[in-house]
Amino acid sequence: MNSTIRELLAKHGGLPVAVETLKDDSDLYEAGLSSFASVQLMLAIEDRFDTEFPENLLNRKTFASIAAITSAVASLCPDQEDA
Amino acid sequence: MDMQTSLLDRLLTAGHLIETGVDGLYGRSGAFEDVIARFEGLVDRYGGGENAEAIRFPPGMNRQYFEKSGYMKSFPQLAGTVHAFCGCDLDHMSLLKCMDEGEDWTGQQQATDIVLTPAACYPLYPTIAKRGPLPMAGGLYDLQSYCFRHEPSTDPARQQLFRMREYVRMGTEHDVTEFRQLWMDRGLAIMDEVGLDVEIDVANDPFFGRAGKLMANNQRDQNLKFELLIPVTSTVNKTACMSFNYHQDAFGTKWGLTLEDGSTAHTACVGFGLERIALALFAKHGLETAEWPQDVRKALWG
Repeated sequence: MNSTIRELLAKHGGLPVAVETLKDDSDLYEAGLSSFASVQLMLAIEDRFDTEFPENLLNRKTFASIAAITSAVASLCPDQEDA
Repeated sequence: MDMQTSLLDRLLTAGHLIETGVDGLYGRSGAFEDVIARFEGLVDRYGGGENAEAIRFPPGMNRQYFEKSGYMKSFPQLAGTVHAFCGCDLDHMSLLKCMDEGEDWTGQQQATDIVLTPAACYPLYPTIAKRGPLPMAGGLYDLQSYCFRHEPSTDPARQQLFRMREYVRMGTEHDVTEFRQLWMDRGLAIMDEVGLDVEIDVANDPFFGRAGKLMANNQRDQNLKFELLIPVTSTVNKTACMSFNYHQDAFGTKWGLTLEDGSTAHTACVGFGLERIALALFAKHGLETAEWPQDVRKALWG
């Protein structure tokens, strides 16, 4: 799941740095993730994992790091650990 | 009684708003316009000493600028585009036939280069960017324009065509955030002068759709938008009569607004919803301006 999220982040995050250089707990906003890019990333994740973020997860914290996104997606899709 | 309908009814009966047959599209009386002019005079007394560059754009903007602004990403539901007939004689005949027969005649209308201005400052950023880098002290601009938002409503405080007075500051993060704080303080002082009870609260723009929820939460989490709220048509759902927006370097990056040292300019804007403020004044002080409290009259008419 982590690698899928990294792949989607690379594609939709619009980051000025390579995703490989980011640690799981690196601050993505510090790394240049814009508000609109976080929306595109959110939609791409929903599409790939065939899920929908509930409203209580639609906030800045959910997309603050690769670890945070992974944990949010894991809570939504407990059966897709290897996706 | 429904407070909303009641204020609209009273304004229509008094002739301050004039029905057009479309919700949220009204004519205004001379007295209503006078209140807006006087209120703008009061705003000038607070903001006039700082040599803001005054610019008045018409209520339509360059469609290319509008597209680049990203407005359709965030607020597609609110935008109004200007379309026009661009056909030949034959097309004209079929257009008239459609109209005659009560069928849809608008399908063949084509987009022009003009989009209705959604906020007074939208045409400003590309205009200033074209001039080249700003001095380190940045820039300060005074704007006013009719704006369009497609949100038909019988709430007189939610009109589709309304005027927005704005001050826009471009410069360093420090200068721009200081400007926003200065106008929050001034907003409170101005509303106090005209006898309106207000509060300032963190806010978000009406971003479209579910993805918009994330945008809205991001905006709130970062305290990017504040609104000055006044009870106009409801004491529960107060009306935002001013907004104080810090865009960080988003518009600076988008439009290539830079300072002399090559850094990207930060921007902030402060907007007055002029119709909403006039409505708040009529709701609070009554429909006859001659009978408004003396201190309010003095603040507005001198």
